Amino acid sequence: MSPPASILIYGYGNPGRQDDGLGVLLVEKIEQWARGVGRTDLVFDSNYQLNVEDALTISNHDIVIFADATQTGSDRFAFRPLQPQATISFSTHAMTPESVLALCDELYYKRPSAHLLTIRGYAWEPNAAVTAAAAANLVAAQEFITAWLQKQR
Amino acid sequence: MAKKIVIEPVTRVEGHGKVTIHLDDKGEVAQSRLHIVEFRGFERFVQGRPYWEAPVLVQRLCGICPVSHHLAAAKAVDVIVGAGTGLGLTPTAEKIRRLMHYGQIFQSHTLHFFHLASPDLLFGYDAPPEKRNVIGVALANRELATQAVLMRKYGQELIAATAGKKIHGTGAIPGGVNKSLTIEERDTLLKGRAPLNADHMIVWSQGALAFFKDYYRKNKAFIDGFSKFPSNHLSLVRKDGALDLYHGVLRAIDANGKKILTDVDYQEYLQHIREEVRLWSYMKFPFLKALGKDKGWYRVGPLARMNTVDFIPTPLAQKEFEEFKKATNGKPNDMCMHTHWARLIEVLHAAEVIRNLLLDPDITGTDLVVKGARQSEGIGLLEAPRGTLFHHYRVGANDLIEMANLIVSTTHNNEPMNQAVNYVAKTYMTGQKEITEGMMNAVEIAIRAYDPCLSCATHAYGHMPLEVSLYDVGGNLIAQKRK
Repeated sequence: MSPPASILIYGYGNPGRQDDGLGVLLVEKIEQWARGVGRTDLVFDSNYQLNVEDALTISNHDIVIFADATQTGSDRFAFRPLQPQATISFSTHAMTPESVLALCDELYYKRPSAHLLTIRGYAWEPNAAVTAAAAANLVAAQEFITAWLQKQR
Repeated sequence: MAKKIVIEPVTRVEGHGKVTIHLDDKGEVAQSRLHIVEFRGFERFVQGRPYWEAPVLVQRLCGICPVSHHLAAAKAVDVIVGAGTGLGLTPTAEKIRRLMHYGQIFQSHTLHFFHLASPDLLFGYDAPPEKRNVIGVALANRELATQAVLMRKYGQELIAATAGKKIHGTGAIPGGVNKSLTIEERDTLLKGRAPLNADHMIVWSQGALAFFKDYYRKNKAFIDGFSKFPSNHLSLVRKDGALDLYHGVLRAIDANGKKILTDVDYQEYLQHIREEVRLWSYMKFPFLKALGKDKGWYRVGPLARMNTVDFIPTPLAQKEFEEFKKATNGKPNDMCMHTHWARLIEVLHAAEVIRNLLLDPDITGTDLVVKGARQSEGIGLLEAPRGTLFHHYRVGANDLIEMANLIVSTTHNNEPMNQAVNYVAKTYMTGQKEITEGMMNAVEIAIRAYDPCLSCATHAYGHMPLEVSLYDVGGNLIAQKRK
């Protein structure tokens, strides 16, 4: 029997900027859930932005779920597979998840199975709480991802 | 027909920057401007909050340099709690803060060089954008890219160990710190398994410098000449004139090296520095009061620091500093692209400082906080990766912040960046009928040398295209380019 796949759930965003921190909040929620149900195969990480060192981080895992806020889209959340792609990062110091995957592939010859979970946010001001609508979207995303994780055992 | 070229936003600098270039009827550049289009409202959001929250609150401003804001705010709050200005803390508290700060310098400078600057150096500024990025670096020079990843990781781990966590760290508190390093943490950072240890970071920092200097030898004309213009320079320096990125006195020199602000206490900064508002930009334009707004603007950041300091107090970086100074015969260096060289000297210096601090027994001490007589006002300055960072708070009897004034590094560099854009626009765009990728990137390279952070780190997924628009004299769009 092969050992369970190592799954990394990586949230990024600035929790001090209202809905921008939805990805980080999701990681906190899922980590709490994982402790409760005894899921030891799950690993959690979060940061303000994705960056070059995350190529090394994800290289140690079989499955990676990136979680971020999104400013667009009509759905409460979206979940889609990712492929490595050497895209230019217009947002500069930060990298896209596709670029992190591409760098991981180039440097460590690893291609973890990756997905991006985006949660719809609406406001991005400093010093303010997550909006009620975004909080509801977070709950919906959390329910979805816990169900998805349960299928990965 | 007069034209206006718009480049928006600038790639690989933070946030939304828009460059407009106005051509006259002869096709020559009449005027160029770097517009900052997002208003950050830094100061308002901390007003009304308890002063002791400031070091944590201000990290909400930015996901790029939260540690710099955290420590500058903490230094200001130190004054308010009567802990003095900069050097009044316990040895352990000051050294832990320095370790955190130099870790931030190390990882931030490393990121800028490898992620933002090295693609231009490896492939040239006119290379296609799909090649000119960190993935391209990995394909062309795997060793360089691997080192970049691990140097960043080392810096991040150092920050996490001193600040408590990666996001919204709490390490610096009013009058000190809330933790020192455990023996285990210290040993991991100092002599952990190679290459993630202090000695290895020094060796790799030297390697990065060698990489740059090799490029410089082969491309001297470009590095020396690109976006070169005279300016004043400002930074903190240690009282004896040494480079000190955490604390010091304010010094400014002019383009000839003459001191125009001689080692003043930064608590008096309002006597020496003013900020001008211009209608076309949300970002203010600081200047030295004594020289006025037209002649008093200045650069901050790595290049400015190499110009203002007398020496670097670590041996390997000092040796590099001497070589750097020889390039201009000891005169102030006004070559924009030499900022990359200066930045890498600071990476080496930071690595040396980090090792020295990790070897210091105080770093695991337990005396963490001091307090004194409560003050109503505090000013905290430090040299952030991008330049001098000012935090100034006034607090009421109810302990709530009544006034806050923040001058961030990129604001200090507002006029220099505008000068750089103007220089490049005149050099590369005069008489041109077409906006080429190389021309656009030349403007961006000039701005990128300052490593600006034009906006906070809200980065919700999926936006920020690069768009170039061309308008005629009547404001009609006649051409547009997007990538």
